[in-house]
Amino acid sequence: MLDANEAVASVSYRVNEFCAIYPITPSSPMAEFADEWSAAGRRNIWGAVPSVIEMQSEGGAAGALHGALQAGSLCSSFTASQGLLLMIPNMYKIAGELTPCCLHVTARAVATHALSIFGDHSDVMACRQTGFAMLAAGSVQESHDFAAIAQAATLETRVPFLQFFDGFRTSHEVSKIEILDDDTLRALIRDDCVAAHRERALTPDRPMIRGTAQNPDAFFQAREACNRYYDEATARIRAVMERFAELTGREYRPFDYEGDPEAERVVIIMGSGAEAAGETCEWLNKQGEKTGVIKVRLYRPFSAEDFLAALPASVRSIAVLDRTKEPGALGEPMFLDVSTVLREAAQSGGRPELNEVRVIGGRYGLGSKEFNPAMVKAVYDELAKDDPKPRFTVGVNDDVTGMSLEVDESFELDQPEVKEAIFFGLGSDGTVGANKNSIKIIGEETDNFAQGYFVYDSKKAGAMTVSHLRFGPDPIRSTYLIRQAGFVACHRFELLETVDVLGHAAHGATLLLNTPCPPEEVWDRLAKELQETIIKKELKVYAIEASKVARECGMAGRINTIMQTCYFAISGILEKDEAIRHIKNAIDKTYGKRGQSVVDRNFRAVDSALANMVELEIPRETTAKRVLPPIVDPAAPDFVQRVTAMMLAGKGDLLPVSAFPVDGTWPTDTARWEKRNIAEEVPVWESDICIQCNKCAVVCPHAAIRPKVFKPEALEGAPDGFKSVKFRSRELEGFLYALQVAPEDCTGCNVCVEVCPAKDKSNPSRKAINMAPRIPLLEQERANYSFFLDIPDPDRAILKDDVKTTQFMRPLFEYSGACAGCGETPYVKLLTQLFGDRLLIANATGCSSIYGGNLPTTPFTVDACGRGPAWSNSLFEDNAEFGFGMRAGIEQTRVYAEVLLQKFAPVVGDDFVAAVIACQTGDEAAVREQRERVEALRSKLKDSDDAEAKTLLQIADYLVPKSVWIVGGDGWAYDIGFGGLDHVIASGRNVNILVLDTEVYSNTGGQQSKATPLGAVAKFCMAGKAIPKKDLALMASTYGSVYVARVAMGAKDNHTVKAFVEAESFPGPSLIIAYSHCVAHGYNMAMGLDQQKKAVACGYWPLFRYDPRRADAGENPMKLDSAAPKSSLSEFTANETRFHMLKRINPERAEALQQMAAESVRERFALYEKMAAGPSTKGKPAADANS
Amino acid sequence: MDLSTTYLGLKLKNPLMPGASPLVDDISVVRALEDAGASAIVMHSLFEEQITQEQVAEFAHTEGHAESFAEATSYFPAMADYSLGPERYLRQIERIKEATDLPVIGSLNGATPGGWTHYAKYIEQAGADALEINVYYVATDPREPGNEVEARTLDILRDVKASVSIPVAVKLSPFFSSPAHFAMQLDDAGAAGVVLFNRFYQPDIDIEELEATPHLELSRSPELRLRLRWAAILHGSLKGDIAISGGVHTMEDVIKAVMAGASGVQLVSTLLRKGPTQLGYLLAQLRNWMEEHEYTSLEQMRGSMSLRKCPDPSAFERANYLKVLQLWRLDARRKQGWPGPAEPRV
Repeated sequence: MLDANEAVASVSYRVNEFCAIYPITPSSPMAEFADEWSAAGRRNIWGAVPSVIEMQSEGGAAGALHGALQAGSLCSSFTASQGLLLMIPNMYKIAGELTPCCLHVTARAVATHALSIFGDHSDVMACRQTGFAMLAAGSVQESHDFAAIAQAATLETRVPFLQFFDGFRTSHEVSKIEILDDDTLRALIRDDCVAAHRERALTPDRPMIRGTAQNPDAFFQAREACNRYYDEATARIRAVMERFAELTGREYRPFDYEGDPEAERVVIIMGSGAEAAGETCEWLNKQGEKTGVIKVRLYRPFSAEDFLAALPASVRSIAVLDRTKEPGALGEPMFLDVSTVLREAAQSGGRPELNEVRVIGGRYGLGSKEFNPAMVKAVYDELAKDDPKPRFTVGVNDDVTGMSLEVDESFELDQPEVKEAIFFGLGSDGTVGANKNSIKIIGEETDNFAQGYFVYDSKKAGAMTVSHLRFGPDPIRSTYLIRQAGFVACHRFELLETVDVLGHAAHGATLLLNTPCPPEEVWDRLAKELQETIIKKELKVYAIEASKVARECGMAGRINTIMQTCYFAISGILEKDEAIRHIKNAIDKTYGKRGQSVVDRNFRAVDSALANMVELEIPRETTAKRVLPPIVDPAAPDFVQRVTAMMLAGKGDLLPVSAFPVDGTWPTDTARWEKRNIAEEVPVWESDICIQCNKCAVVCPHAAIRPKVFKPEALEGAPDGFKSVKFRSRELEGFLYALQVAPEDCTGCNVCVEVCPAKDKSNPSRKAINMAPRIPLLEQERANYSFFLDIPDPDRAILKDDVKTTQFMRPLFEYSGACAGCGETPYVKLLTQLFGDRLLIANATGCSSIYGGNLPTTPFTVDACGRGPAWSNSLFEDNAEFGFGMRAGIEQTRVYAEVLLQKFAPVVGDDFVAAVIACQTGDEAAVREQRERVEALRSKLKDSDDAEAKTLLQIADYLVPKSVWIVGGDGWAYDIGFGGLDHVIASGRNVNILVLDTEVYSNTGGQQSKATPLGAVAKFCMAGKAIPKKDLALMASTYGSVYVARVAMGAKDNHTVKAFVEAESFPGPSLIIAYSHCVAHGYNMAMGLDQQKKAVACGYWPLFRYDPRRADAGENPMKLDSAAPKSSLSEFTANETRFHMLKRINPERAEALQQMAAESVRERFALYEKMAAGPSTKGKPAADANS
Repeated sequence: MDLSTTYLGLKLKNPLMPGASPLVDDISVVRALEDAGASAIVMHSLFEEQITQEQVAEFAHTEGHAESFAEATSYFPAMADYSLGPERYLRQIERIKEATDLPVIGSLNGATPGGWTHYAKYIEQAGADALEINVYYVATDPREPGNEVEARTLDILRDVKASVSIPVAVKLSPFFSSPAHFAMQLDDAGAAGVVLFNRFYQPDIDIEELEATPHLELSRSPELRLRLRWAAILHGSLKGDIAISGGVHTMEDVIKAVMAGASGVQLVSTLLRKGPTQLGYLLAQLRNWMEEHEYTSLEQMRGSMSLRKCPDPSAFERANYLKVLQLWRLDARRKQGWPGPAEPRV
């Protein structure tokens, strides 16, 4: 039982010598597996341990791959989407040089109007022209097999291969497959072809030259010289497939036909959709229809001969289904290929009857849109029509152009032998892990075939997961989600109210609930609609207080094994004791090495489960008065009601095309309508202890605790229990102060309580804020928060740039989907508090683009005037350039506005024009004044009919300084985007760059970057990183013209605020590197700020500000803002799993690296001290200044 | 000069051994201790509770975030060799056994009955020659009677004894109401020795931050006196051996320990301060002193100053208190006058 990523990597690793890798979803696990095996010394089929090296980008990986191939090595890489696109230039080269190699691709959408991490063929379709052969797999077994076939075939044909399978649907589906052993691989791969590949290697022992530049006399012919290899490729590939069949019994052809031999209607399709199509076709034929499917395996080279051989002579109509979109084309690529084949065969291939065959083409499944039997049937139904749509879409409701096919949503294949179960859980409760174990138990311990597929949330904190499990006596080919299951489990009771859990229960299904109350109270807690559904569908309902049982077993929050045990007990798949034995074995296997105590606690949980599970007696009538609450507040704007609310309810699939923006432009200010209620506990303010420092607010990752100052009259109408106290301030006498929690938005991370410095002198365990259970507080605090938000914000003019008063500025970034306790978001929030009303953000792909821009709701919001951050994400690699472009565009528009303004000098006055033009950058006050000038300009010109006056008014806001910030993580800044970042900071333009440095690729799961510290373990550096982190801040400071700051909010929050303000005010490029703790560091995030303090105290993360303006004033531009190391490096590193992991595995190496790291910290700090000690020394250490 | 001794049934060339401390983590330090003349190595304590906490915390920090988000179903590489069990500790016992010829005494602090016996067995299997069970327990629950604490410790000893065949000593704290009686009970239950005493790390109070702060201070010679008293009281009453741990810093301290009745003398603070060669230095001084004072063997002096044998046993008893207190009042202060506060604080 494994997923396709592992299945493919297991072949690729064994038949290669070198893998050049780079993380990208959903292919990253392939690289991770290869890296883990290499680190563990696993050998390939020739007895060597392959080397697996992470590069700085997919472009880099492709370059390394190309080089290694030239050197005669057998090489591979794994990628998807934008990553594959970055490989294209090298793919042309590799193919042009007829170099055998195989890339493995989890096919994923290419970002267009939006990014999508999910599956379609737009990436691989963009490689059609490279000269790579393309082999498409539709299932986990096929992916595994095709990895081997592709490797053998590339060596035999010299045509490089792109082997692909659908991202997530196949890459992440767990399935029971037959594994190819080493002997089979050895038998399949011809040694003579490997030897021939080595013979062609570049070597000074047989010197030759490749990669020449060719002129018009030679290039064309030379390009045609490879044709024979492509002409012969299909036959050779077919031969490899035949050899494979002899070895394994599994038969594949370039085009596999499935269905009635005399089918009249045929669907042409490749990838996982072919499985759903095949399954539906089989079912339809059993009902007496004559349908068929051609599964396209070998898409390039496209063999007309093989295609025609697969096509039944009886065919009357064909639908070609493409999982990609080529706007403006006559049709999608495979449709055009098929049309060409048929046309040629009819005209000159001796198959004139094909002229009578109707061919239509449709798109399906973009971005992992569901493609299920109902949709397949809709296509067959369309083919049966006299006048089918020549081009169509299926799976969406296109009410704009009417292209979509009608789908009978109630249609399902009747497969009584297949058992289906759905589990709604939380990421943190371990549901997915337990279900992966369950499906393995069923697949491996019974005769059943089994399949597991897991759907994750768009949010990271409090994320919901949905597990889809199927098993049955035959291989499972259902490559789509379960709609109606015989077993439904809901691992978090609250989900019943926000997600249509019961809608997934088939009639008579079993429902298992984790309840927050004793089973006898469950019925009364269910809303009326839920009771109705249970009665109507005649559900059998079981309940267990699993969270309580888990707590009692020392497994607070982890209910997975309890629910798993209940599932096995209820479903009766295995005899009870046998099931428990297997569950315990799985637990032991998963956690045994890492902790007997964890195993023991899980065992206790398993043993306690059944005794606590109760079957509910279901009344015949509903008893509840309460109905389900609306998904969003009725006060939400129309768009949120119509579109966002549907997506929040998990019904986004039902939205028609017309509901969506045509160009990817969405309204901001939507996160506040999504009330997630995920915290078990929320902070409670003790106003008598509070010293009003606002540290809790500055560090809150989700803007869920906020202070406000206001005049007493603002309290009119305050709810009873709304707390406020006298504001401690000399400047604002008579003001009141309130600190308010957002009870439905808080994630319960505890960071605010940890940072709170105020303690009750008589009982120091009580702070000015303390966590308390949320539910009893909810009603009161909800009212309080609503009232709090309506109190007007204080005038920004009276606020200063320090931690305390910045927190009275409204955060324009709130309730994001970031992890609880996130170390990045406090910086982003601060950015919006300081400059949000004039802020443009260019955001590199990564965590910050996901919590910043992943639908359904987004966190950027607006101030009372309706102004707020404008945000966009271009790509991962180009973010600095993207932001630079924003700045250039803004400046040019301003230049034009100034030109126009000057033309109106006679109307508005020369002094006015001069004042407007003088305000190019500025602080809060200057911006306010400039806005007033622009308003004055508007009122002066508003009645003018002059065309230029109208243009000026249209662009007049550009006269107000804008703050452009380029935001991204270390993977972007240190690795893939470094070239662009370097260029942009060297440009001298006024952009600000904020690097949220978590020291790993956080969003893709903790792979090392060049920001990873020496001695830390991360994915792709399992042995611990052996070289120090790149000092990006120091490098940037050597230009002498860049404002550079290194900050850590947890260590010195005022320093962070100061650096942000200085960076923004600097009229050139600024770079801030912000230490951001992260779940990938492996400790309790509540202690994140404490760890930041330790990082600074030991000298690991020296704080500094390098301000070129100081040099202009004759001072040293470098200011070291943290003291010499006061503690040892180990006091910082000892608390984090990323460091102490290595101690457990290889203590000697850990010790050696730790010593190197300590030395490196000392040296670097000494260098900074030198730089900060001397006189004005732009960009150079003071000691070297005179040399 | 015969410095040999028998401790926990082990024939040792002398009584000096490094006590439970981080010194044993580094093989080169262990070798240096052997070169300096250490007669055995006492491992630092394997704390079951710490292992459990580490495992549970690591589980929460890694598994709690796994399988939550499509792009990152985990945040750490899957490492086959990554283990949070006692393997490292056990491997270190094996390594010390390989690297030296010294007997190794394992040290264990369990938290659960199961933990005590499992881990004791592991330590024996790793090659330890004896085991010290470290009853580091702070009775914070006012409802827990002292006899329950004692009964539990005895149960633990019996369980551990039943699960291993190597000799088992018990390292005690001084906070038993009748340490001598309790030591007798342990002796009857089969303890091969008692180690006097554990040093509880006393938390300090940070008056600025209003926090209790963990504090570790290395021992000083005056701390030895508590041990001397109880060794002197116990010597001759037990079938098993006595070891002294805590406050042994000088040659004189070593001699006092032996004279009070110790068969084993464990050194920690002095080795941490001065390094492994300190052990050799003390041994050499011990030899010189014994030669000067015409002792031919350590056995001659063992227990010579115990309660049973010493010329003025009242010094170890209650009478000593009154006498000392009176002396202090009369001599120390009245003659010198009270100095008063150093600097009046404003």
